[in-house]
Amino acid sequence: MDKEMEEIERTFETKELTVSLGPQHPATHGVLRLVLHLDGETVVKCTPYVGYLHRGVEKLGENRTYFAALPLSDRLDYISSMNNNVGYVNAVEKLFGIEAPERARYIRTIVAEMGRISSHIIWLGTHVLDIGATTPFLHAMAQRERLLDLFEELCGARLTVSYPRVGGVRNDISQEFLDDLYQFVLEFPSHMDDYETLVTENRIWKDRTVGIGVISAEEAVNWGLTGGTLRGSGVDYDVRKYFPYDAYDKVDFEVPVGRNGDCYDRYLVRVGEMRQANRIMKQCIENLPAGPVMSDAPKLTLPPKDLVLKDMEHLIHQFILITKGPTIPEGEVYVGTEVPKGELGFYFVSDGTGKPYRMRVRAPSFVHASVLPRLSEGGLIADVIANIGTIDIVLGECDR
Amino acid sequence: MGLITEVGSAALVEVEEGTKIISPNIIITSFDKLINWGRRSSLWPMTFGLACCAIEMMATYASHNDLDRMGIIPRGSPRQSDFMFIAGTVTKKMSQVVRRVYDQMPEPRYVISVGSCANSGGIFNTYSTVQGCDTFLPVDVYIPGCPPRPEAFIEGIIRLQEKIKAEHFHWSRWR
Repeated sequence: MDKEMEEIERTFETKELTVSLGPQHPATHGVLRLVLHLDGETVVKCTPYVGYLHRGVEKLGENRTYFAALPLSDRLDYISSMNNNVGYVNAVEKLFGIEAPERARYIRTIVAEMGRISSHIIWLGTHVLDIGATTPFLHAMAQRERLLDLFEELCGARLTVSYPRVGGVRNDISQEFLDDLYQFVLEFPSHMDDYETLVTENRIWKDRTVGIGVISAEEAVNWGLTGGTLRGSGVDYDVRKYFPYDAYDKVDFEVPVGRNGDCYDRYLVRVGEMRQANRIMKQCIENLPAGPVMSDAPKLTLPPKDLVLKDMEHLIHQFILITKGPTIPEGEVYVGTEVPKGELGFYFVSDGTGKPYRMRVRAPSFVHASVLPRLSEGGLIADVIANIGTIDIVLGECDR
Repeated sequence: MGLITEVGSAALVEVEEGTKIISPNIIITSFDKLINWGRRSSLWPMTFGLACCAIEMMATYASHNDLDRMGIIPRGSPRQSDFMFIAGTVTKKMSQVVRRVYDQMPEPRYVISVGSCANSGGIFNTYSTVQGCDTFLPVDVYIPGCPPRPEAFIEGIIRLQEKIKAEHFHWSRWR
């Protein structure tokens, strides 16, 4: 009998298999490449390769003035362009030493939360789609389209908005926009209920996510995780709460926190965040103060567009600011903001000229991509897909 | 194509219980038209997103714009697809992969270049970005925009269908 078993084992001698997942794979959320060493279905080793979307954004930013580099921040994390813009202008404003007026800060908070919902909707749709459910994706994208229509009503662009400006926002929001948005805010919780009915207690969903990709709170902090990926492990850290910018210190919201640090808890955290984002938007619309939307610092902010098109002086002023840049003090500044993916930081070193000496982007997706081996190794190959979805990465931001 | 319904002894013939057809039904057309009609009516694109434009591509596939009604269903494998969207910035590192995916597609194959980055490099005029994907691929349709709207995507597909409609069927590659 023993001899027979030995014979069988010898015949089925297995060896490690190396599989390249990506860069062309529908579930890698862009152009991430993973090299997986497999023993059967178990992942022995997982190595992420990034850089397939390296566009040189940081270098480009150093060759443009502070105003002209704003559109580059749209294309970092292209799912939540608005949040990137808000982070960028907050950092530049701190460097310039100016502050946006009250109304502009409220408007930025509103649009940033709209961006957060539209980003989380994509995350929900694609994450669930990767794991095998098509319906929530289609339901979610229908609501996202409404948000994109609102962005279009606001500034003319759907995805790459470039709406916030250094010192305020590009244009004031209209009453029609506010009405439409308020209608969306009132209806959105019922749509959230729809998604949760489809997903939250779904048995297949729970089988695929509960206990998958577990990371403890201490480890999550040590890996440098931020955002929903960190809060799923039970760490109560949100930049909006602890280092408030814009109008986040004036609104009342909770930070949803998970417990087990697995894919399912991270899902619950992000779903909770969407509901909280809705709450923030509602409060901001109800308490929106009146006043200007651009700070009164003509040397450091772009002139209003309608005057630029009519008035020679303003045109020259805009031309100088865009091409030569403003005169600002030397120094360095780091500002972190809470984007849907985590903490997005902009670090500028100024040498006194109109262009930054060094522009550095602290991208949450890059940090999160580095934790993939930790989450995936020892698990099954099917769970790698769940892990890619749960860390919520965007390669544009990761590779920059 | 012309449909002839009145032929000499046109009469209803019962093929099975409850189903009657006019016999005979004849369609006269040329091979070119038939084949082009078949090709353009169910174009299957390669699911391949590179950057920002891929998000608008997703929005085009999804519920609001719904490409399924045009017979367009994304495929996960290049071996099963008819055309490819180059949706986003092509970097030098990625260009080899894009070319390889293109080479894996069966002929006839088409390429739609989407967005400023794929068309010409766009705002990313840097050391790492390919200045236009037509430098290493034959491109059939260019869609401008940064990123293009879903309507622009649909327009691009319609242009590709028009191009296919006007094609002459090549019996062999060397004709």
